[in-house]
Amino acid sequence: MTAMTMIQALRSAMDVMLERDDNVVIYGQDVGYFGGVFRCTEGLQAKYGRSRVFDAPISEGGIVGSAIGMGAYGLRPVVEVQFADYFYPAYDQIVSEAARLRFRSAGDFSAPITIRMPCGGGIYGGQTHSQSPEALFTHVCGVRTVMPSNPRDAKGLLIASIENDDPVIFLEPKRLYNGPFDGHHDRPLISWSAHPLGEVPEGYYTVPLESAKVFRPGADLTVISYGTMVFVSEAAAQETGIDAEIIDLRSLWPLDLETLVASVRKTGRCVIVHEATRTSGFGAELTALVQEHCFHHLEAPIERVTGWDTPYPHAQEWAYFPGPARVGAAFRRVMEN
Amino acid sequence: MSQGAPLRLHVPEPTGRPGRETDFSYLHISRAGEVRRPPLEASPADTADLAYTLVRVLDDEGRAVGPWVPEADAALLRRGLVAMMKTRAFDARMLIAQRQKKISFYMQCLGEEAIATGHALALQQGDMCFPTYRQQGLLLARDDVSMVGMICELMSNERDPLKGRQLPVCYSMKRAGFFSVSGNLATQFIQAVGWGMASAIKGDTRIASGWIGDGATAESDFHTALTFAHVYRAPVILNVVNNQWAISTFQAIAGGEATTFAARGVGCGIASLRVDGNDFLAVLAASRWAAARARGNLGPTLIEWVTYRAGAHSTSDDPSRYRPADDWAHFPLGDPIPRLAQHLIGIGAWSQQEHEETQAKLEAEVNAALKEAERYGSLADGHLAGAATMFEDVYKDMPAHLKRQREQMQAGVVS
Repeated sequence: MTAMTMIQALRSAMDVMLERDDNVVIYGQDVGYFGGVFRCTEGLQAKYGRSRVFDAPISEGGIVGSAIGMGAYGLRPVVEVQFADYFYPAYDQIVSEAARLRFRSAGDFSAPITIRMPCGGGIYGGQTHSQSPEALFTHVCGVRTVMPSNPRDAKGLLIASIENDDPVIFLEPKRLYNGPFDGHHDRPLISWSAHPLGEVPEGYYTVPLESAKVFRPGADLTVISYGTMVFVSEAAAQETGIDAEIIDLRSLWPLDLETLVASVRKTGRCVIVHEATRTSGFGAELTALVQEHCFHHLEAPIERVTGWDTPYPHAQEWAYFPGPARVGAAFRRVMEN
Repeated sequence: MSQGAPLRLHVPEPTGRPGRETDFSYLHISRAGEVRRPPLEASPADTADLAYTLVRVLDDEGRAVGPWVPEADAALLRRGLVAMMKTRAFDARMLIAQRQKKISFYMQCLGEEAIATGHALALQQGDMCFPTYRQQGLLLARDDVSMVGMICELMSNERDPLKGRQLPVCYSMKRAGFFSVSGNLATQFIQAVGWGMASAIKGDTRIASGWIGDGATAESDFHTALTFAHVYRAPVILNVVNNQWAISTFQAIAGGEATTFAARGVGCGIASLRVDGNDFLAVLAASRWAAARARGNLGPTLIEWVTYRAGAHSTSDDPSRYRPADDWAHFPLGDPIPRLAQHLIGIGAWSQQEHEETQAKLEAEVNAALKEAERYGSLADGHLAGAATMFEDVYKDMPAHLKRQREQMQAGVVS
């Protein structure tokens, strides 16, 4: 075990996979010599050479499209889109090509690619450095969408994603890159070195996809969340004194339905928390699933705490970001029913 | 402040419309044999003149002239002629099959047969083409591709290798170096570059060949493909088939007015050629030149194939509504099949009688293949891959939600 930040854990995952599998290649904007604007690929080009880890033109469609071609050849590309806010030019390649290739060719070709994208807000990133576009991927049949919340899961999930033969959208909450964040922006930063989940195994291991984790066991209500909101929900539980069972989905879609259903059937109450905007967000699908599978166990309406249906603002960051006060208020409402 | 004349929006128009003949002088056609053949290691900038001229080998009398005459024995050229004739016979029969409602949809490559078949004969086993929906000649030029299998795809029947998931014409045949055809235009152009990059990363010797039409060059993936191919010196041939039309849209609306598509390649630092797409010998020679450059680590080549879409865009299209009915008869580069046949007859390697016999034999072959494919069912008679198969191959392993949905569908089917 070594203390690692999420950045170091992600880099370690890529290092492990570059070492284990000659077909793994890593590229993206500023990913090569410079080591990434977030340092996630630092040192990898020096260690594995420019034909394995390299810089790419500023062209998200080109990065993803070329990766699909490499996947069709038999490589296992791990490509980076600098911010999730900038994946849109690659959406055609993701939806029309990567997601459909195995199906439309009846398995003749496939796209075993991983697309890493730093996502999420809470960093004064404004409109185009804060978005959480996961619902635009979970709606697409044929891709997997994954989001870790801590260094240990980040490494294990990234290795599992790279090894997976389906295209994986790997969303990295950049607010969690250096330390856990519970939404209390006025308090001092906490480092991963002070958190047990910052202890990361050195070598190869995986965290299986489609496996949710009970992040905090509880009896009063079930919180379904992922990414930064896992820590926000934990803070809300402590501050309200409500014994919330917090589930970190980890794999958004396909997901681990059994863990959710077992928890909600136990608690009878459910709050869904995400940073992304509300309407047609992934929370709507989670709400529908809980309603379908747990209707007779529910003792209160399912609540959603999400970002507002507005573009992500700059100055109004903390009025937008669903912090522990908003999440805690939802806990109380659900418990009053 | 002085006021000039009011600004006016320029919207290009074809010279020809229904009832009005096309003026083909916009094409910039060189004489056969006139355009130079640069050394393989020519720098992209040194091909600038070739992007505005036209590489041609066969003259009006069917003689092969000039520096681009390929080294090709009569047997290979005869093979090329038969491949073109086979492609045309296949298209003609499938067009009728669509009208007979045996298949739901079809797209011919009438008039463009030389490009895909000639290119196929210039590639090697293991190279990978990333075609559009109008390169069926890449498959039909190969002896190891079953025509019956292709027709089963067109019929979406129980022997359809793609299990009825794709529209007709969207073939996929990895072992024949034919990448899965997508309905989304241009997407495969950058994928071809990625495949070529992968081959270079692995120190392989195989090359990629990407395909796009004139209209689809306006898509952003055309630009990304050229940029990536240039940046990484990818071993790829970038083929632009300029058949003058994108459905009803003349190539000027795609950006072809007063310029060429080959010129885009030079602008991106890619060696580029503009070639008579109806001249089988020129197709063979230019394809070999580009393949040799790619295989020799000399970088990508862009080739604009100048041709004419002689048929309708698809079986859902009626070109008489937007262009002259007899346009193809006036197209200055003619028809690739009689042009090669004339050459072969001229060198004593073909005869009118052989032509007619071959035509009859190919028509019989296509008819027999259609008949056999019909035995395996069609959309109309419901002999298809089972509905449960639609849940397969979405992911490598079927996730729980798809297993549930499959059960729900099956419960609905039986109740």
